[in-house]
Order: sequence, then C-alpha cells, then structure tokens
Amino acid sequence: MKKLVILGAGTAGTMMLNKLSNVLEKDEWQITIVDQYETHYYQPGFLFIPFNIYNKKDVIKPKRDFFPTGTEVIISEIDKIEPGKNRVLLKNNKVLSYDYLIIATGSKVKPEETEGMKGELWYKNIFDFYTIEGALALQSFFKHWEGGKLVLNITEMPIKCPVAPLEFVFLADWFFTEQGIRDKVDIHFVTPLPGAFTKPRAASILGDFLDKKNINLTTEFNIAKVDNDNKKIVSWDEREIPFDVLVTIPTNMGDEAIERSGMGDELNFIPTDKHTLMAKGYDNIFVIGDATDLPSSKAGSVAHFEADILFENFLDVIEGRDPKAKFDGHANCFIESGFGKGILIDFNYDTEPLPGKFPLPGVGPFSLLEETKMNHYGKVMFRWMYWNSLIKGQELPIESNMSMAGKRL
Amino acid sequence: MSTVEVLGKQLELDADGNLANPEDWNEEIAKELAKQEGIDELTERHWMVINFMRKEYQEKGDAPSIRKLTKQSGVDTKELYQLFPKGPAKKAARIAGLPKPKGCI
Repeated sequence: MKKLVILGAGTAGTMMLNKLSNVLEKDEWQITIVDQYETHYYQPGFLFIPFNIYNKKDVIKPKRDFFPTGTEVIISEIDKIEPGKNRVLLKNNKVLSYDYLIIATGSKVKPEETEGMKGELWYKNIFDFYTIEGALALQSFFKHWEGGKLVLNITEMPIKCPVAPLEFVFLADWFFTEQGIRDKVDIHFVTPLPGAFTKPRAASILGDFLDKKNINLTTEFNIAKVDNDNKKIVSWDEREIPFDVLVTIPTNMGDEAIERSGMGDELNFIPTDKHTLMAKGYDNIFVIGDATDLPSSKAGSVAHFEADILFENFLDVIEGRDPKAKFDGHANCFIESGFGKGILIDFNYDTEPLPGKFPLPGVGPFSLLEETKMNHYGKVMFRWMYWNSLIKGQELPIESNMSMAGKRL
Repeated sequence: MSTVEVLGKQLELDADGNLANPEDWNEEIAKELAKQEGIDELTERHWMVINFMRKEYQEKGDAPSIRKLTKQSGVDTKELYQLFPKGPAKKAARIAGLPKPKGCI
C-alpha cells in the first residue's frame, strides 16, 4: 500500500482529499487526513457575523460530513514533520509514515505578535473577525454600541483574504446607516499598504469607494503597539490614531508545527514552487492554500484553483513524470460593498484586477471592478456552492487559470 | 521599461521602480537612490541594513522582509523605521539595488 498523508482538513485539505480519493485505487492507496479540530468553518462567512447577517449556525458543519468513506481520519495536533524520514509525528504520540505528503495547515491570526493588542481591551474594545470567537464578540459589542470612532487596522501583510478588511468597512457603513447612527460613527481604514488594496488599479478604484462612502483612509501605517490606557494605536514612526472600537487584522502566521519542523519562513509559511506547488527542496511534498509562501492571495478561491493544478501534478509525480501543470496565481474575489451590492475582482501573479465582464466576455453576468447587485448575489450563492460542491472537490464553472477574455486593459 | 538617471547614467528600473539589473549598483549609486527616498546621508547603521539585505539576497534570492531584518540584521524595528521612514524593507531594498521583497504584496 502506498501512503498519502494530508495535513489539515480545512478548505484546501478537504478539497484535495475528495479529489484524490475519487481517482486513487482503494486497494493501492491508504489516504490519511489529520486535523486537530472536528468543526469545519466557512471562513468567508465570519465577515457577516458582526453585522447579524450570518450567525454561528450558518458557518459551521462537522468536518466528517466531507470525508469520503475509506479515509483514515485522525483528530490530533501535529507535533512535527520529519521530511528527511518521510514521517509525521503527532501530539497524540502516533507516528505516520508517508510516501507523499500534502501540507494544508493554513494560516491563523496571532494578535500576541503586537504589543498591547491582547491587553485589557481585548474582546472589550478590540476585536478581530477572522475567528468565530472574535466575530461573535464583535456582534455582541455592536448590538449596544451607540457610535464613536471605529478603526479598522491591518497589522502587516500578507493576510488571509486581503479584501475582507475593505468589505468590513463597507458593511459597517451600511449597517450603521440602517441602525440610524451612521452620522455618529467615524469609520477609519488604516493600512500598512500605500493604498486601499495590494494591486494599484484596484487600489485606486476601491479607494474611490471609500471616499464615496465617507470612510477615512490612512496608508503606510505600520502598527508598533496598542495603547490600552489611551485607546490609541501607535505606529513605528510614532503616529497615533485614537479609537473607541478597534477592529484589528492581526499578524497572520502559518501553523506552529511548521516552525517546529524547520520548514517555514519567518512567518511559518512554507517555501513552495509558485507554479508546481511542490515544497522547495522535496520531491514528495506538496503545499496548498494559506500554508504556502506564494505571492498570491491567501483565499479559498486561490486554494480552489491550486487544487486543480495540484491534482494534475500529483498524478504526474506518482507516475514518475515531471509535474506539468502550472499555477498562475489566479484569485477571484467577490467584495461585498454594502446596500445589497458587490464588486468582483479576478487576477493572477502577472495581471492585476481589471474592469470588464465575468465569466462570459461582454455578457457577465458579473461585472469586474464595478458595484452591482448581481455581484452581491454571486457572493450569496457562493456559500451554497462552497458547502455543496467546492469542498467536495467537484468542478466549478470557472477555469483554474485566469482568462483575459472579457477584461478591459 | 522606465529608467532613472543617477550620476549621469541611465539605469533601467523594474515595475516597482527598483533597479532592474543588480550589477548596475554600487555604493555611490546607493547614496543617490537614498537621496531620492529623502535620506540625505547614509550612516553606518543604514549600511548595516543595506549590507545585510544584499548578503541575504545573494544567499536566498529574495530580499528579506521587515521581520527578518528585525530578527537578524542587528537593527530593531523601531530604529529601522527611523533609518528608512514608512517602509524600511521596501526602501532599504530599493537603495540596496534589489527587487522589492516578495513579502510586500
């Protein structure tokens, strides 16, 4: 029996498990998946929880619902990978040997990386919304909040879903308008980037949306610490921004197991070939999703496009062939912009988000870099697609490599 | 491709405005690039960072991020921001004649 071990049963790991268990012969392959948690979270849904659009029940399902029969499932924390010995040590003292390894251990927020962030105001006036706990705590806070200074701050790049912070302030603008207190809420978007987004053309268009929605923008702000006593964030170059409520996107880092394995960079992300998705320096280890160090967005859509490429390359490699499929950095993100509308962006390593129609040139139904109701429906529909086809590894009607068709230069 | 004139020479730039050909770089050019970034004089501490960056780039093929600089260059984050205001990793890479660090996406 050949052994495939998949580390991590989040979006990327679960997709790979389903895709590969469909094609690998059951009498030749033992597939094992490892995760420390039993609950699968629909992470794109966290954004909607503070605004009461979704609740906890909308974003959770048991992981076991998505594991095909015949899979060996191990619920345990990973101690470390020993790539030289082709084995993984688990915290439950088990040792798993493998012929091939797929690492999908993701990334997570680390508020403790910033001085004062997890201080006395944590979950009182300072919240994250990238965890279920943070999103729910913020939901409770907003129920009774009567207005003041709402500051959203991105600590440092890279972060999971780089559009989510923008969506958060757009939705906040809508939410407080509906609550009738928008005039009492000062919304401030504070980023270490030189603009509203990572890519220049989208940054300028999205920056205009911030303006239109009366949201203040401060750029190139690199947070050094949170001053809990005076409710201020302070940058390394000593600029200060006061807040009544701070919504932070803390530093994102890969799993500690990667650090323990000596396989990560300074943020515990794994050096990965940006085209083949193989771990650099190893010929039997693949990496997918947020766990990689690729210069692409950390997002479910990226993991989905990567899954198609990894699938092809995996089948090549186990047959002794060179991996031929090349990942192009494709990302596709629906950006909720509030008031029942959304914006769509589609881009890759080399092509920044451009205006146009998607996926059918000239037709759509979605519009790129424009605010439309249809784009919002796309986002709403996506949750259903996620639970019912995406993580089950089924094909979606979008090419894994980006297409220029329908885009305007 | 755009170019920049430094000390009477036209040097090619990449899409981020950093030197396209690292071999065009020398210490005199670094001083000029620093002036364009608003840094009038490169002190010994600046050079410590620049030299660390160049060494890392030669060894690893990628300019180091601010985190790596803080951990390994011998200059802490606070001072890095004093030496290279606003974006230490990005600015120091440009002055060092290197491409923008990959982490700055």
